[in-house]
Amino acid sequence: MSLNNEQIERYSRQILLPNVGGKGQEKLLNAKVLIIGVGGLGSPCAVYLACAGIGKLGIVDSDSVELNNLQRQILHSTKDVGRPKVESAKERINAINTDVEVIPFNLRLTSENILDIIKDYDIIVDGSDNFPTRYLVNDACVLLKKPLSHGGIFRFDGQAITILPGESACYRCLFPEPPPPGLVPSCQEAGILGAVAGVIGTIQANEVLKYILGLGELLTEKLLVFNALESSFRQVKVLRDPKCPVCGETPTITKLIDYEEFCQLRRKETE
Amino acid sequence: MSITVRIPTPLQKFTKNKSEVTVEGKDVRELIENLEKNFPGIKERLCEENGVLRRFINIYVNEEDIRFLKMDKTPLNDGDEVSIIPAIAGG
Repeated sequence: MSLNNEQIERYSRQILLPNVGGKGQEKLLNAKVLIIGVGGLGSPCAVYLACAGIGKLGIVDSDSVELNNLQRQILHSTKDVGRPKVESAKERINAINTDVEVIPFNLRLTSENILDIIKDYDIIVDGSDNFPTRYLVNDACVLLKKPLSHGGIFRFDGQAITILPGESACYRCLFPEPPPPGLVPSCQEAGILGAVAGVIGTIQANEVLKYILGLGELLTEKLLVFNALESSFRQVKVLRDPKCPVCGETPTITKLIDYEEFCQLRRKETE
Repeated sequence: MSITVRIPTPLQKFTKNKSEVTVEGKDVRELIENLEKNFPGIKERLCEENGVLRRFINIYVNEEDIRFLKMDKTPLNDGDEVSIIPAIAGG
């Protein structure tokens, strides 16, 4: 594959970078990235990956755009309210860059379908909004040895970590089990500052770009913790846990688990 | 020992919205007891009924997870910074 003149112009500012060049751009155009959730985190992540010329972008989301999403979910516009998020996301991504092939999955991930969906991708981005999906995604990525960029946000706080299964700590090495339903205020109940989603989603895009280009150091074996009120970024160490239930020496989780839904509000909506 | 403890957003309702508090303690167990004395209710959010740290909340002493040190017997020294970091799921 060689770059055409329009691509050389479009991507010139990153082709210029040391250790990227035409070869790096070709890697990006050949890369397959799956974004789980095109909401607060998935939106900025998808925008930057689309701009950078990721060749194939899978997007998973079962929700439709709501007016209260638009405060932070920058893929979607007022005219999209009521449309499936993956539809408006695909439209926006292709308006930015037609080099990107968008594969929409308008569904909710479960233990039944997740392996089949993630198996075709080079790296997975978790931008979901609930614990059951996050643990499902982690476990599925560990089972299939798929690199995973994890990001989470809550009010003014954000966290990010990159997981290379078999090499670096997984999400369960960090937090072995999800909280029981009802103990932790979740999603709609808690509130979020839109720019916090932008910061963490953009860090996830940056991790994906570094992984594909083979540049720099990934956020492996450490958790990045962002606080918007202090504008502080801190890192804590995350070691591989030999007793990790999914990636440890004697795993107790050998097949995927569908945890009970946490968010009471969401449950009401779907009933 | 005077220890700085960083409190995450979900627990700041116990600390009058303070993101950082100073508490005495020669080890993590004593620190948690003193946190509870100063900010009643916080221990229940950190620990199970049997006193074991909950599996979705971590405590770090200067960037090191106490699960890989000596758990709640991890000793503390003047000037140490302790961070409480819970799993967060929003996206």
